[in-house]
Amino acid sequence: MSNKNLKLDTYAENTWCPRCGNFGILAALKKVISSLVEKGLPKENIVVVSGIGCSSKIIDYLNLNTFSSLHGRPIVSAEGIKAGNPNLKVIVCAGDGGIYNEGISHLVHAAKRNTDITVLVHNNRNFALTAGQFTATSPKGFKGKSAPEGSIEKPFNPLKLMLASNATFIARGYSAKINHLKDLIIKGVEHKGFSFIDILQPCVSFFNTYQLYNEKVYEEKNENLTSEKEALKKAGEWNYGKDNSKIPIGIFYEIQRPVYEKELLGNLIPAKRTKKVDFKKVLEELK
Amino acid sequence: MTYDYSILIGGAAGQGSRKAGLIIAKLLSELGYRIFIYDDYQSLIRGGHSFSQIRASKSKVLSHRKKIDFLLALDETTVKKHRADLDEKGIIIYNSDEVSLNDKKAVGIAIKTIVKKTGGVSIMGNAALVACFAKIIGIDWKTLEKLFKKEFKKFQELNIKIAKVAFDSSPNLFKIKRLNQKQALLLTGNEAVALGAVKAGLDFYVAYPMTPATGILHYLAKHKKDFNVAVSQLENEVGVVNAAVGAAYTGARTMVGTSGGGFALMSEGFSLAAQSEIPLVIVESQRMSPASGVPTYNGQGDLLFALTAGHGDILRFVIAPGDADEACFWAGKILNLSWKYQTPSILLIDKEISESTFNFDKNILDKIKCEKPLVWDKKGKYLRYKNTKKGVSPFAFPGEKKVIVKANSYEHDEFGITIDDEEGIEKMQNKRLRKFREMKKEVDKLEAVKIYGKKQAKKAIVVWGSTKGPAKEAAEKLGIKMIQPIILEPFPEKQMKKALKGVNKLVLLEANGLGQMEKVLNCYGIKVDKKILKYNARPFLPEEIEKQLSKL
Repeated sequence: MSNKNLKLDTYAENTWCPRCGNFGILAALKKVISSLVEKGLPKENIVVVSGIGCSSKIIDYLNLNTFSSLHGRPIVSAEGIKAGNPNLKVIVCAGDGGIYNEGISHLVHAAKRNTDITVLVHNNRNFALTAGQFTATSPKGFKGKSAPEGSIEKPFNPLKLMLASNATFIARGYSAKINHLKDLIIKGVEHKGFSFIDILQPCVSFFNTYQLYNEKVYEEKNENLTSEKEALKKAGEWNYGKDNSKIPIGIFYEIQRPVYEKELLGNLIPAKRTKKVDFKKVLEELK
Repeated sequence: MTYDYSILIGGAAGQGSRKAGLIIAKLLSELGYRIFIYDDYQSLIRGGHSFSQIRASKSKVLSHRKKIDFLLALDETTVKKHRADLDEKGIIIYNSDEVSLNDKKAVGIAIKTIVKKTGGVSIMGNAALVACFAKIIGIDWKTLEKLFKKEFKKFQELNIKIAKVAFDSSPNLFKIKRLNQKQALLLTGNEAVALGAVKAGLDFYVAYPMTPATGILHYLAKHKKDFNVAVSQLENEVGVVNAAVGAAYTGARTMVGTSGGGFALMSEGFSLAAQSEIPLVIVESQRMSPASGVPTYNGQGDLLFALTAGHGDILRFVIAPGDADEACFWAGKILNLSWKYQTPSILLIDKEISESTFNFDKNILDKIKCEKPLVWDKKGKYLRYKNTKKGVSPFAFPGEKKVIVKANSYEHDEFGITIDDEEGIEKMQNKRLRKFREMKKEVDKLEAVKIYGKKQAKKAIVVWGSTKGPAKEAAEKLGIKMIQPIILEPFPEKQMKKALKGVNKLVLLEANGLGQMEKVLNCYGIKVDKKILKYNARPFLPEEIEKQLSKL
């Protein structure tokens, strides 16, 4: 089904900067939705959850169920949505500032739990909507108004963090490679459990990385996706710094593990509970 | 005869005084007595001093009292700390292996020796002390054995063996009267909150452990299959509140529980619920002092915080029940109100309500229904934030065909798209303000203010929350009026002013240092003549209220 038939657009005016990397992510996501609906997923069962910042404006541009959460909290909002109604497909769209800075504990715990949601990190490697401060994945020396002489902090590598947190699906995409990204997201959404995709997203206003990524990014076709050691090695090829290394994109790691909501709820769907409670037995215990 | 006994059992943490206290309470409950148990414990796992004070009375009581009739000591500290409160006719029953006492009326029992000879471990000494007490007050062995079989699932035989030796070697000093009334149910306030919420259709409980609210999490986790409720413990309170709002967006009736410190972390999610108009119930069980404060002791210092927490203009219900029955009823009511008005709300309780054990009137459950919120009539295009006359927009939930449900933490239009134009903002603010007016009208329809004591008295006291228990007893004894506002936001101004008619002297009692309720009352032009504040983290006692009020 084409985007047109699905009516995925809204009347909201798009306020991203021209050439913003977010356009690529939005285009890929629309293709993902079309493909999932074509495969039989009811459109009304999809929920996109965002935080705040440029990335999170995406919810206004999608004619879908959406939930705009707070800064840093979309992952745990999504976990609540999934636990409330496990029949829903829940996709998080949020930036590096929200996911890696403000709300990092939720990322780690969601991965550890293997909650059945997909997290897309629009990683432009700076706080853009507040006009260009450094985040956890800005390279050391990143210059912004809060660090005019350059950030003194070395970035961390979110892929390694996800490996250490027991995530079951770890991938990296690039917003300018829309079809590659689309395939990654579809695999992520179809993965049973927690899927994490770090998306390299150039910020034309504060950290224009188009040239860098166009030169360095290459599509890696990993064969052995269940090897933690291989994944770690691959993830370590580039550590989000200013080094001259190549940047692999693709799936780094994928394993199967019991899904949190299934273990938490069994067959219960909290949002659709109908069974009445019998208080007799419980009251008997109070004697 | 008044038939009003007070039994204090104490020891070091790990000696099982709480369990022993509960068994004693159940023994007396079977005899038809009404029960209240105050549990006093420190924030430690082993050692220190903890005690339970059981009040067994002919009529229902909501507080313990200062005077003790039986002092049961597993260790020496218990005797030292509480002997001064022993009634002149009172009896000390003590572990003679650990305490040496020169008191003719006291009964010593060699607990350590009995446990050792019987092959038990030290915690089983609590069984020996209970058995000794039972014999002293004239309870027969069969009754005791039956209760032990019910209460001890682990090492049952050994505990009973120890109890039997202790029972046989203890004297019988009098025969406690069996009262001619049916046995009443016993539960903690936390359990009452859980039951009330479940009756009102609770689907999901999310929490991070924090004393004194943890009991709700434990109780619901234990009974999740009985209640058909999902129970989840998450990484922190920020996660808890945001997950709760997420779950409620799908239509799951969700509640969270915490204390002041956890609620501080939840305040951003409180704002989210308000702005996105998603129902959220937070149970805030207060403890004393700011920050980590006094974790296992009581306080009522979060009142102003509960009334104002969260950034932005927030509409909320704040309801402060005063005992377990009220906690049950209002837990159910607040869940329904939150869903009716799509608003965050706080059930404000405290350690005294959460962790004390009360008699429970199970008929309250019949008064709680799972009330259906306003849902979309499936006509026209669905608008999550439809601008309605009363400000409440009908619900639809994700998954429903032909419906798009957009929840937004930003200011938004009726469909849910982010906006920042002045006209649109004012429209949505007005919609929510109209909702608040409806919430106020709703409060007027509910019994938001309760009156006890002598209703025509010119002298009145105002109390809220757990202070109700001891204050009610004092007010009834002194023949003064007691006014208890239960709904604190929207404030029941009309009902409160009606309750104050004819009162010429108003005394406020609350367990905080600033007299926070006075500030609230002042907002509505109500003047307080005198404040009695207690802030040593221990609950008010009826005797001390009586004494202080008599001085005025």
